[in-house]
Amino acid sequence: MTLLRAQTGAIPRPKPSSLSKPFWDGLAAGELRFQRCGACHGATHTPALVCSRCGSGDLVWEVSSGRGVVETWTTVWRPQTPEFVVPYMPIVVAVDEGWQMLSNLIGCDHEAVVAGMPVELELHRLDDGVTLPYFRPIEAGA
Amino acid sequence: MNQHPFRDVAIVGVHNTRQARVLEGYDSRTITMEAALGALADAGLTPLDVDGVTGGNLSAEFVYQHRIGPVWKSPSGLGIPAVLEAAAAIATGLASVVLISSGSAGAYTQRESTAPWTRPGNEFVAPFGMFTAAEFALIARRHMITFGTRPESLAEVAATIRNNGSANPEAVYYERGPFTPDDILHSRMIADPFHLLDCSTTSEGGCALVMAHADIARDLARPPVYVLGGGIDYYGPSYQNPPTFDLGGRRDPRYVNGWVGRRAAERAFATAGLGPADVDVCEFYDPFSFEIIRQFEAFGFCAEGEGGDFVLDGTIGPGGRHPITTDGGTMSYSHAGSQPQLLQRVTRAVEQLRGGCASRQVDGAEVAMCSNGGSGALFTDVLLLGKEAG
Repeated sequence: MTLLRAQTGAIPRPKPSSLSKPFWDGLAAGELRFQRCGACHGATHTPALVCSRCGSGDLVWEVSSGRGVVETWTTVWRPQTPEFVVPYMPIVVAVDEGWQMLSNLIGCDHEAVVAGMPVELELHRLDDGVTLPYFRPIEAGA
Repeated sequence: MNQHPFRDVAIVGVHNTRQARVLEGYDSRTITMEAALGALADAGLTPLDVDGVTGGNLSAEFVYQHRIGPVWKSPSGLGIPAVLEAAAAIATGLASVVLISSGSAGAYTQRESTAPWTRPGNEFVAPFGMFTAAEFALIARRHMITFGTRPESLAEVAATIRNNGSANPEAVYYERGPFTPDDILHSRMIADPFHLLDCSTTSEGGCALVMAHADIARDLARPPVYVLGGGIDYYGPSYQNPPTFDLGGRRDPRYVNGWVGRRAAERAFATAGLGPADVDVCEFYDPFSFEIIRQFEAFGFCAEGEGGDFVLDGTIGPGGRHPITTDGGTMSYSHAGSQPQLLQRVTRAVEQLRGGCASRQVDGAEVAMCSNGGSGALFTDVLLLGKEAG
């Protein structure tokens, strides 16, 4: 049994761009933000100038429910850099509003993951104030 | 019927330098120079015969050191795109003899981390511990979820390629085998479903080739090998965005990242007037075992979801109908940094079509298919080569 946890070491920090700043500011404020298209109402991530569905420039930031399902995963035993504690589990989450994001699964055993597993956002603030979005399993009945 | 666009374009010289885990005494610049001179010598040409270069910025260094300017130069091309650029330059008269050279040495020194070219710098992937094995694993896992593809199929691919390398005296991992699929499955886990032996290695070396107009090629030392077709498929910058299987463009729902390279292969086969059944040698790029399965599906050798079974029936091994990655590829022959490995599928395909490979020569090979890239990287390039002009 190996409980997957959020990283706390000197892992790479995000360097927000002018385009992505609202996303990272949102996490610091406790919100998972994505862009919604005013023309086709589709969701776009990663932050962009135009809608990934229809190309419209009419994008507005919205706050996600922070819920979704695991679409794919990998358990990593050989870390990117020594600062990462293994195992850790990169996942692609299909978020409820119809967009996908990369994150890490935490809060369960690494062998507990299955495709389609419901997950929810869990924010972790690193010591230098950067907030990273992780996901944890949604308890049955929650 | 229209003339084939590359009917007058031939590959006339190829060279791989010695490849090793670490090449003492070399840096990327010096090993690239050695590769370039080797390819020219193979063709029976000298630096003064070259009037075009591509393959990355170290090719520009060759132009300066040998004082062969002014020459045509493309700054962009690596691997198969460089070959296609050079072919276009020759076909359109921009150049008549093009040198493509690349090399890597001394680039991977922080061994406690994964190789620098495998680590993305982007804000949306780097904080989550991504590197190439994890990027490609997410794609492989999605295929396993959707189609029931089994680890045994991945292991069959890895064992086949590693055994090819084990038989190749030029391979960094010569005589390390034989490997059974069980050996692959029992190696330590790196990024599930990839065990250590499902992954490419890291090493150093140089690789170069020379292309020329057919009028020049006819008088040279080696039998010319012709460009029959090619294609380049991209979905965006590598390792900066989530590597999803169903990432698609807005133009055509048939094309998704999970089968990136499909459009490129369709175009290559259309230009060549050939299909998958005509391919005798599959010099497919092998960053991770699953990628071979994915490419057989993307390139139309089998249907979506059937790649796992396709590789199990003896098709991909020596003597099979579609032998893969005959020198051991990046898993066993050499990875040679971030760039030469992209060219090495092409040099090996040329040697297969000439005949007389150091190992695993495919008898009577007429058509070879090469590839670069992969789904974790959001791109795949393909190249079809033949003994006869198109």
